[in-house]
Amino acid sequence: MIDRKDVEYVAWLARLDLSEEEKERFTRQLDNVLEHAQKIKSLDTSEVEPTPHVLPLKNVMRDDEIKPSLSQEEALSNAPHREGAYFVVPRIL
Amino acid sequence: MSEYEVVIGLEIHAELKTKSKMFCGCDASFGGEPNSKTDPVCLGLPGVLPVLNRKAIELAIRLAIALDSEIAPNSIFHRKNYFYPDMPKNYQISQYDLPLAIGGHLDIDVGGEPFRVGITRVHMEEDTGKSVHASESGRIHGAEYSLEDFNRAGVPLVEIVTEPDVRTAEQARIFMQELRSILQHLEVSDGKMEEGSLRCDANISLRPRGESEMGVKTEVKNMNSFRALSRALEYEIVRQTDLLESGGKVVQETRHWDADGNVTTPMRTKEYAFDYRYFPEPDLVPLEPSLEFLDEVRTALPELPQERRRRFQEDYSLPAYDVGLLTASKAMGDFFEETVRAGAPPKAASNWMMGELSAYMNAMNLEIEDIIVSPRQLAKMIELVETGVISGKIAKSVFEEMLRGGKDPDEIVKEQGITQISDSQELERLIAEVIKENPESVDDYRGGKEKALGFMVGQVMRKTGGRANPQLVNEMLKRSLEGE
Repeated sequence: MIDRKDVEYVAWLARLDLSEEEKERFTRQLDNVLEHAQKIKSLDTSEVEPTPHVLPLKNVMRDDEIKPSLSQEEALSNAPHREGAYFVVPRIL
Repeated sequence: MSEYEVVIGLEIHAELKTKSKMFCGCDASFGGEPNSKTDPVCLGLPGVLPVLNRKAIELAIRLAIALDSEIAPNSIFHRKNYFYPDMPKNYQISQYDLPLAIGGHLDIDVGGEPFRVGITRVHMEEDTGKSVHASESGRIHGAEYSLEDFNRAGVPLVEIVTEPDVRTAEQARIFMQELRSILQHLEVSDGKMEEGSLRCDANISLRPRGESEMGVKTEVKNMNSFRALSRALEYEIVRQTDLLESGGKVVQETRHWDADGNVTTPMRTKEYAFDYRYFPEPDLVPLEPSLEFLDEVRTALPELPQERRRRFQEDYSLPAYDVGLLTASKAMGDFFEETVRAGAPPKAASNWMMGELSAYMNAMNLEIEDIIVSPRQLAKMIELVETGVISGKIAKSVFEEMLRGGKDPDEIVKEQGITQISDSQELERLIAEVIKENPESVDDYRGGKEKALGFMVGQVMRKTGGRANPQLVNEMLKRSLEGE
């Protein structure tokens, strides 16, 4: 069972600011999702390997070569705030 | 002895010595203008895909082999989700339940006694950016805002987690020194604690002796030198002992080592327990190192410090003390071997390196890499001493000048006209002078006072400006005094 506290916690982790109405609605919706997951959980998967990836690929790697980076200007062009060549972010804590 | 047993586990991060970052082609070298080494991948822009750097895997596997850690036939990457502005993607690509390698150990030498520290796991992850906190105090809280430089974001790291086997601050320090030496010898990492390419956090708790259950632990961070590591752990051991002995309780928290104040203080980062919501990184496919690849890495594994120490002892007949110092860092050992290869007798090379060279490095706060004297120049200077061109005493000032200006020793000797006086006629003349000028000392010596001889040798040396061989002066002076 998902309750309101769970929704508030998950919202906090994702830095989401939910309205009372949203908290209500998401509690219901998430509960439905979990109920569905419960059904899957009832299957016996003890003989099945976990599937972290569905693609039939492994060991995709590149050689250790330096490629051109973005210019400082390009890198900072989307920054809402900058100081010199730094991104400015809200103070931490 | 305290009635408590100390239990320490270490978590070490080392930046891998690759040219490019872990998942993109940005330059991974240290320094540079802020945000000049970024691209859409390490900035976490939408629509990009990370691709794993083969070299990073190879380096991490080298280390795992050296630590006798078992390389997993199959490992995957996870996203570690958290909001902190040093990670532009809002997650860090790391490994979780299927790490690169599991188990292993590292044997260290604690005061002549072998001590084994178990390794829990070796895994890979990416480094974060660097935050500059704009505040007067420099500490995180109180900052008005923070500045971010993402040049380090995405640089490959290897993380080593030890078993809770360490019992003292000294063991922790020796473990870190040995691990750094291995990282350097394998050319896996620079291992520079001050620059942050090697970092260590410690979990530390106390429990009553004989108790098998763990006590409440604290995690100590910000120990960015070997000295800081020992002192922070010593502080924390005393702090926790005092707390427990006065009937108090240790609070589980992260503490920050304050090297200026010599204390650990609680960090406020863990107001909420972190919930990283790990899940498999969908953008990266599993890693299954082939046996051929592992064999290749194993065969090409560079010499480990332990092997080098054995070789130094056997090939150069050096005492264990010399060997320990010369192999403490790879660069030091390399410098020594090149000096010997350039013709210097091993013991003489070792003496100069451990004496004058180390003293100079300590005084100037330099690393061997910063020294402008080449091994060939040191070998040449040793040759000048061995062949009697300059005295050992003069050699010291010549070497000092070499260290400061990088000049060749023969050039300095020629310029200053400081070759040793080996002309015995000249010496005879000076000795006769000294005998004439110091009748009291002559009487003292003849009266059985050995000390008086030393004084007169000193007088002769003074007249030569230190350019005579004191051994020779000693013998000649004795002969003159006893011959008369």
